[in-house]
Amino acid sequence: MAPHPPHLVYADNPVQNEPKSECGWESLRWAYERMRANLDEADYDVIVILSPHWQTYVGTHFLGLPNFKSKSVDPIFPNLFRFDYDIDVDVELSRMIHDEAQADGMVVKMMENPDFRVDYGTIVSCHLTRPQWDKPVVCISSNRANAYYSVEVMQEMAAQLGRATARAIEKSGKRALLLASNSLSHRHFITEPEIPEDMSAEHITSHHLYLWDMKLIEMMKQGKTKEIFDIMPEFTEQAVSESDGGAFSWILSALNFPTYPAIVHGYGTIIGTGNAVVEWPAEAAENAEVTPRGE
Amino acid sequence: MTGEIVLSAIVPVHPHPLLVPEKNEGWGHLRQAFTTLRQRIIDSGAETIIIYSTTWPNIIGHQLLADPNPKWTLVDADFHDLGSMPYDFHVDTNLTNAWHNANERRGLSSRTVNYHGFPVDVGSVVSVSLLNPDNRFKVAVVSSNIYANRSETLVLSKACLDAVKESGGKVAVICAMSLSNRMFTELIEPSEDRIHSLKDDEWNQKILELLEKGRLEDIAQLSRQIHSQIRVQKVVSFKPMWFLSGVNGQTNNLKGEVLAYEALHGAGGAVVLLTPTENSAGDKEYDEDDVEVFSGDRSVLEGIEEKEVATSTATSNDGNSDIDTPAINSQSAPKPVGAYPHARKVGELLYLSGVGSRTPNTDEIPGGPCRDENGTSLEYDIAAQTRMCIENVKRVLESAGSSLEKVQDITVFLIDMERDFAIYNQVYSEYFADIGPTRTTLAINALPTPIAIEMKVIASF
Repeated sequence: MAPHPPHLVYADNPVQNEPKSECGWESLRWAYERMRANLDEADYDVIVILSPHWQTYVGTHFLGLPNFKSKSVDPIFPNLFRFDYDIDVDVELSRMIHDEAQADGMVVKMMENPDFRVDYGTIVSCHLTRPQWDKPVVCISSNRANAYYSVEVMQEMAAQLGRATARAIEKSGKRALLLASNSLSHRHFITEPEIPEDMSAEHITSHHLYLWDMKLIEMMKQGKTKEIFDIMPEFTEQAVSESDGGAFSWILSALNFPTYPAIVHGYGTIIGTGNAVVEWPAEAAENAEVTPRGE
Repeated sequence: MTGEIVLSAIVPVHPHPLLVPEKNEGWGHLRQAFTTLRQRIIDSGAETIIIYSTTWPNIIGHQLLADPNPKWTLVDADFHDLGSMPYDFHVDTNLTNAWHNANERRGLSSRTVNYHGFPVDVGSVVSVSLLNPDNRFKVAVVSSNIYANRSETLVLSKACLDAVKESGGKVAVICAMSLSNRMFTELIEPSEDRIHSLKDDEWNQKILELLEKGRLEDIAQLSRQIHSQIRVQKVVSFKPMWFLSGVNGQTNNLKGEVLAYEALHGAGGAVVLLTPTENSAGDKEYDEDDVEVFSGDRSVLEGIEEKEVATSTATSNDGNSDIDTPAINSQSAPKPVGAYPHARKVGELLYLSGVGSRTPNTDEIPGGPCRDENGTSLEYDIAAQTRMCIENVKRVLESAGSSLEKVQDITVFLIDMERDFAIYNQVYSEYFADIGPTRTTLAINALPTPIAIEMKVIASF
């Protein structure tokens, strides 16, 4: 789980980002550091990411050209994030996931317009996870079935997409890092401090959202991901969670609902929203008791 | 010269009429309607187009595009296969900055955005591309806050109107929006396009019927029902009609003309022209408050202890915040009669706007008004008015965490010094003799409402 607040990139001051900061949101930036250290030990070929900020209403879409290079400016926080990106796409794997999902009856489309601007959620999560930008990426859009139907419909579609993702990766023979680019509770403040990185202004929007975040984190640590899936509708609604974009449900399904403990690298708030950097390591999966994948 | 809104319109947000009008007869109709609307804007003498776009969502207050020359190529997130949309237009920065300042004066959180590559939204790009292909007009674009409800949207529209009047120019206001916004969730052939459901179509037809009669405020009053009936619940409320009616003075005094209504991947897309007129449908009674100043009803999860006091902060044009001088509005005092808060805290002092003698909630004047609707003088009770005036001062002070005991300076305005001074002075002494603030009493011609006394107060905490 790799949330995408542009604030974290802003606070890290990479050369690609125009605005510069003094500091900020260290608990989450250090969480990403710990996850990066673990991933440096892992051997993987490709990053597969689902971002809530490429929002599609007509099916699920996949980037379908080998490279995208442009500037990303955050529409809400343009003062913090104006980032020059250069992304290589694993079009072969994108197409394989697309085809697997299509075979399952899902509405899917490849995005092959070279002028397309990659969403900032994808860029932020990828940069914080792998700032070297040396791994190709598969970018999957967020189908907004929650807005059109319900959280339950969104979950079923995301779960189906997760199964298709896992099958395609297995068939490809590649080792993939999956990223669900979402926060947990997601009620923003409606004003911004004069100095964005002023940490005296940063806290959870309300206590009940914090309680929800802690409940979800505790369940992840205990390997209760099936149970998380079961309470996802309540969590999504009551915590105004960014799980409404489907990434959380997708990654749990693609990982076949891990029963082993997740590593919670850290938790922090960004302009009132709750964010956690969480890892489900591959070696834990390999050592875990295998549960038959349900269809 | 005072600026004015000479024309308003509704246009769809989808890229189909811009990129592939030839692929579906209805998309071609919409394209033609855009062309007709463009000519009407030219004929109106408008120099600037204001765009309120529902496809520019925002969470931090209200954003106004301030890049003098936005230039980029947009590709739609869903309909990327239809082609790219290059844009290159000119922003009316004077109007935009005036609007931003007016937003702040009316208590809204507002900021201007001037960054190369800022992602202008699809609704705005389609509007600009089809209505302004030769950059004949300057453009002002505002975001649509996802949390904003009626009161905030209405105040935004009034701030817009303040800026238009101040500009001295002629302006056309465009709402880039869908009617019903439920699209098909599967891929369809262009020839298969139709309104998603009969229910959506019937609601759309009803909306257009009312708009054709110029009944814009009536549609605005139905916004919540429309949202629940035919809108995918992506944001809070169907708000463009609140904005459009607000900039048109919240009336039905308009002439409506439906230039086109067609399906866009299932959603309802219409081009509707609205021009001011004196001979349209009458206004209907309405039981929601008219709002002049936004006092932050979205801060429900913050500042619980400030239940009675709503404070708002705003970011100024240069990015500096006036967070140290929060505006204060009391729920227990009479509502302001203009674009100002009840009070503003500066350092350790509290500055009150002029406080009159209207009764909170009812606006009745104790002892009767000093003049009737025709301006004829009436007998009034200055003692009762003085007492109410001081009680209202007390309400504002206490809402802000101060009190009468902490008043430092008072300026008193009387409309008839000779008649009223002695009695007013006696009531005044009942409250302030032991407190002893400095005081100045002035005689003036009149006050905005038919009251005889007003007080301007500075207090400490």
